[in-house]
Amino acid sequence: MINEQQPTLPAPASTIGLVGWLRTNLFNTPMNSIATIVMLYLCYLWLTPIFDWVFISADWAGTTRESCTSGGACWVFITQRIDQFMYGFYPADETWRLNVTFFAFVALIAWLIWPNLPKKGLVAAFTLLIFPFIAFVLLSGGYFGLEHVETHKWGGLSLTLVLAVVGIVAALPLGILLALGRRSEMPIVRAMSVAYIEIWRGVPLITVLFMASVMLPLFLPEDMHFDKLLRALIGITMFQTAYMAEVIRGGLQAIPKGQYEAADALGLGYWQKMVMIILPQALKLMIPGVVNTFIALFKDTSLVLIIGLFDLLAIVQAAQNDPKWIGYATEGYVFVAFVFWIFCFGMSRYSQHLEKMLHTGHGSRA
Amino acid sequence: MSEVNKQEDQLMVQIRNMNKWYGDFHVLKNVNLDVRRGEKIVICGPSGSGKSTMIRCINHLEEHQEGDIFVNGIEMASDIKKIDAIRKDVGMVFQHFNLFPHLTVLENCVLAPIWVKKVPRKEAEAVAMQYLERVKIPEQALKYPGQLSGGQQQRVAIARSLCMNPDVMLFDEPTSALDPEMIKEVLDVMIELANEGMTMLCVTHEMGFAKTVADRVIFMDGGQIIEENEPQEFFNNPQHERTQLFLSQILNH
Ligand SMILES: Nc1ncnc2c1ncn2[C@@H]1O[C@H](COP(=O)(O)OP(=O)(O)OP(=O)(O)O)[C@@H](O)[C@H]1O
Ligand SMILES: [Mg+2]
Repeated sequence: MINEQQPTLPAPASTIGLVGWLRTNLFNTPMNSIATIVMLYLCYLWLTPIFDWVFISADWAGTTRESCTSGGACWVFITQRIDQFMYGFYPADETWRLNVTFFAFVALIAWLIWPNLPKKGLVAAFTLLIFPFIAFVLLSGGYFGLEHVETHKWGGLSLTLVLAVVGIVAALPLGILLALGRRSEMPIVRAMSVAYIEIWRGVPLITVLFMASVMLPLFLPEDMHFDKLLRALIGITMFQTAYMAEVIRGGLQAIPKGQYEAADALGLGYWQKMVMIILPQALKLMIPGVVNTFIALFKDTSLVLIIGLFDLLAIVQAAQNDPKWIGYATEGYVFVAFVFWIFCFGMSRYSQHLEKMLHTGHGSRA
Repeated sequence: MSEVNKQEDQLMVQIRNMNKWYGDFHVLKNVNLDVRRGEKIVICGPSGSGKSTMIRCINHLEEHQEGDIFVNGIEMASDIKKIDAIRKDVGMVFQHFNLFPHLTVLENCVLAPIWVKKVPRKEAEAVAMQYLERVKIPEQALKYPGQLSGGQQQRVAIARSLCMNPDVMLFDEPTSALDPEMIKEVLDVMIELANEGMTMLCVTHEMGFAKTVADRVIFMDGGQIIEENEPQEFFNNPQHERTQLFLSQILNH
């Protein structure tokens, strides 16, 4: 049989464009059409009152609850207390230190993720190794004429960010080491890594935080002062490191054996092989899992409220109990949820972008 | 004494009474093999006969349990320094190329010279370009492995090994993952390499290649070296029954 060359035809108009999309996806069968219409109606039923509450009949301006008269959300509660929600009990005259730290960090991260900026390695090293000390001095003070601000005054979103960023920045490298340890050929290193991971993964974070804040002091000498925030940070980091290690181990396992063998055959040492060959490939595969862990960590930071640290959630909850603002808990929770969502969604979008970039960057296959 | 030394000096690879087990499975049985400097050896045999395992022991990708291996006069031991020294002298080309997909062709070639031999980058790149020219793909230097055909990738893998300036090259079925039309371009590079005097141990079923370049052909079965001879004799007059069977199978398909 001989096939004649077929002419190239444009796609039928009914399958392209918005109308085409609607037709092929939402109205392609009678059942689907009915389902679509029912869903649209339900969305209308539920979303309009929410939209109305949040935007249309909400109160934005004012100073007290008396300004809230319209029956919608009372955002005055948030705007009146926004400083406290952002900075906790940090002295008002000193909040510039939080702002400077925050924007410096954002600038560093932007430098790292913006494509084609020079000296990324140097900036990364600075961010990881030097910036933490600068940030610590700025936030905690006590040097260079900066007033010392004790950590129990830290709070709100800035505390949430400190917990999350320290947790993320520490858990990733430690998790990599631990994952490598678990795959090591040295039995003692392997056994210790497995033990660490299995112990910390088996304990709820709440328990870890309780242990860190209540139990630990019982075992320490009485006069030994051990900062509560530091204890929480160590607890969170230890906990997240175990999870991170498992995500990374999954990525390492996906790298074909041939890559290890080629590196070995060329005479590369263990660390050269890992840093230059295996981890760069594995990290690419691990991005979704790592970011997933980051997001979980970010949200888990709110558990510190049970040990008396006032992160964003705790401080908003506390404000709701203020007699002047009783009855506006919903606004508070919606606000907290929204702030958490912004950060988590940002991380999620960036990871998707990164994945796409790395996949199209070079037509590589494993 | 000096006579012995001279003879030893001529030996690139020496395998003495080597035995290896995977758990209970006795995979290599009392293997003995001497490879002189500049000699080209082709190893063939049925699947599972231990060909890969044997040559992978030579650069310690696999560990043997009994017997001795000397490479370029260095005795193989589990001492990491010895292994590193041996790996600097031994290049290896794999069936599935095993190029690093996240690095360009040029970076694949200069990585080990820079980090293992501490060659300055400029110099390493010049050497790499020289070898890429020899395998006839200098124009692909800045591409990633995934953008190349199988034959091109395998030639890059050969160039990558050569960049370390090895004294002996191991090939483990370098053409068996390639489409037929690409086999020749890789074999041509290997023949050229052989003509330049490289010591080569090559696991392959390309009998044409064996006849052209091999000084000796080795037949393995069941973890043992069953027969070894120069190619003429090996193909025309195989001694062992199993060799005859094997040859009749691969020459008749
Ligand atoms: N890591 C391993 N663990 C256990 N057994 C193995 C392992 N690697 C190989 N073997 C076994 O050892 C034997 C020899 O394997 P080897 O790969 O050396 O054979 P080969 O001659 O190279 O075969 P092929 O032509 O298929 O490549 C086979 O029976 C194989 O199943
Ligand atoms: Mg094999």
